[in-house]
Amino acid sequence: MSLAGIWVILIPLICGLAAFAVGGRSARVIGLIGAGLTFLLSGLLVLHVWQSGVWIYQLGGWDVPLGISLRADGLSAFLIGMTGAVGLGISLYAVRYFEDEDEALTPDPSPDPSAPLRTGAGRGGTEVWLPGTSYWPLWMLLWASLNVLFLSNDIFNLYVGLELLTLASVALIILQREQAAIVAGLRYLLAAFLGSMAYLLGVALIYADAGVLDLGLLADAELTGTATQVAGGLMAVGLLLKAALFPLHFWLPAAHSSAPAPVSAALSALVVKGAFYLLIRLWFEVFESAGTVSVEQMIGALGAVAIVVGSFQAIRQARLKLMIAYSTVAQVGYLFIMIPLAGSFGDPEASWRFEAWTGGLYHALSHGFAKASMFLAAGVLLSALGHDRVWHLAGSASRFPVIYLSFGIAGMSLMGLPPSAGFVGKWLMLRSAVESGQWWWVVILLVGGLLTAGYVAIVLSQAIQHDVEEHTEPHPVPKLMTVMVFALAAMSLLLGLRAAEPLELLEIGAPFQTLMSMVED
Amino acid sequence: MSEFLIYALVAAALFAICLHGIITRRHILRKILALNMMGSAVFLLLITIAERNQVDGVADPVPHAMVLTGIVVAVSATAFALALARRYHAQTGHTELHDEDGST
Repeated sequence: MSLAGIWVILIPLICGLAAFAVGGRSARVIGLIGAGLTFLLSGLLVLHVWQSGVWIYQLGGWDVPLGISLRADGLSAFLIGMTGAVGLGISLYAVRYFEDEDEALTPDPSPDPSAPLRTGAGRGGTEVWLPGTSYWPLWMLLWASLNVLFLSNDIFNLYVGLELLTLASVALIILQREQAAIVAGLRYLLAAFLGSMAYLLGVALIYADAGVLDLGLLADAELTGTATQVAGGLMAVGLLLKAALFPLHFWLPAAHSSAPAPVSAALSALVVKGAFYLLIRLWFEVFESAGTVSVEQMIGALGAVAIVVGSFQAIRQARLKLMIAYSTVAQVGYLFIMIPLAGSFGDPEASWRFEAWTGGLYHALSHGFAKASMFLAAGVLLSALGHDRVWHLAGSASRFPVIYLSFGIAGMSLMGLPPSAGFVGKWLMLRSAVESGQWWWVVILLVGGLLTAGYVAIVLSQAIQHDVEEHTEPHPVPKLMTVMVFALAAMSLLLGLRAAEPLELLEIGAPFQTLMSMVED
Repeated sequence: MSEFLIYALVAAALFAICLHGIITRRHILRKILALNMMGSAVFLLLITIAERNQVDGVADPVPHAMVLTGIVVAVSATAFALALARRYHAQTGHTELHDEDGST
């Protein structure tokens, strides 16, 4: 069981390669096996960390600082667990989604060579391009690189993980080879590589200063020099670009909305969290002594602007997928409010730090489930109705009751209404803001909830209108897809009802250890 | 001025030039080239650090290993970006990024 942390990286990698090698329709079977196994292994890893505390593994038996170590504390386990659960939901949805897509693209089984092939955007002449076949290897690679990111304890190794994540994400965005997706993919690729380069320069500067790359050794070194501060700035900007914090979010809406639904869900729910995870890992462990209140307040302020601008943009969008993508811009803002709250403001021993830390991460968790559900719901509507224009959804609630119910539940979690998981996250952050006397964050957290309610209400109120202009019979949608949309939304609710265990998991190896006893009292 | 500082400053200048290139140049190929060069700037800095950290006349091997891995990553990333740019060009005939509504 203690090796679950290695297999959680190797299994999706092996299955991805196998799916690529085999190709065709068997790729789906291999991909699905990979998803199931990775989910189980993620669960085992969470259980292991839960029972025996922080897990450390020296790769190849080489000790740090010569070798590279893998490490899973509560934070890593928390996010790997989230990735496992959301990833399994997305995989099951994708099975039917791409089956549908590929069927529409494949010529009739009766071999008639003269029949025109419906190749869509494919350029290969007679060769039919099936997105479903390429989806599985890339999705497995994406999952593996996310797990690498959450487990690796070496800042250079983390750079490689970041690049893998970018390559897999962009390849998935352009899966359908539409022009809009290619433009969005290219823009994302350029932005993400720029972010990686800034991060890599930071790695070089840290190595010049400290001479080690291991996160644990760097945390012990308590670096404060100028080189470290410059490195911290470069890494932070690079990762903020990847995490799409305002105003570095310009690439996100197009990239997330032009991808196929299972990909949009993975990008918004999981990939953005990868960069966010790395940023807080570095911020609170390596650069802890180099951080200043003003910089932290500035990042929080950018988060606040992201909440307002992202939500207003979401309200203005005419297309559902773009609306959900802008909602991600806003929700990312919430995550970064955690930095001034848990940062160096006020008494360093205060308990509000740990509350903000858990609150921000719980918000990330609830957003993971809720946003995945929303994008998958939009995918169902898109393939059933042939469009996702918000103002033409009127009356569709009677035909897709479960889809809109799920959308409503997920929206509730994004707004932070009790008893959803989003409420737990927001409540902890609010408490932290009040206790630390940073009342300005209270205002923005509450206003953000209202704005979120705005765009969720637009969709739902359209859907329940009665004036149905029935033009076409909706294309039938496989039941499994609807079930997965609902399951993910339900998870975002259930995690609010049972928050004690996940919150306790976050305490294991947290960078606020001195506070644990205080919080428990 | 020490030798280390000269090389480090060159690396920093190269990085800054490339950053300028990515932001101001519109041609996709130029943007990709600038990113590639940006990687080279970091590699130059790493090699310089390896030289500075030498023990008994032997350069520090860790930055060398990082540069090697970094080159592999940069090659694959550049190849992917170039393939993507080619597909974009084949579909639209453009060499600059345009949205469908014509804005850039």
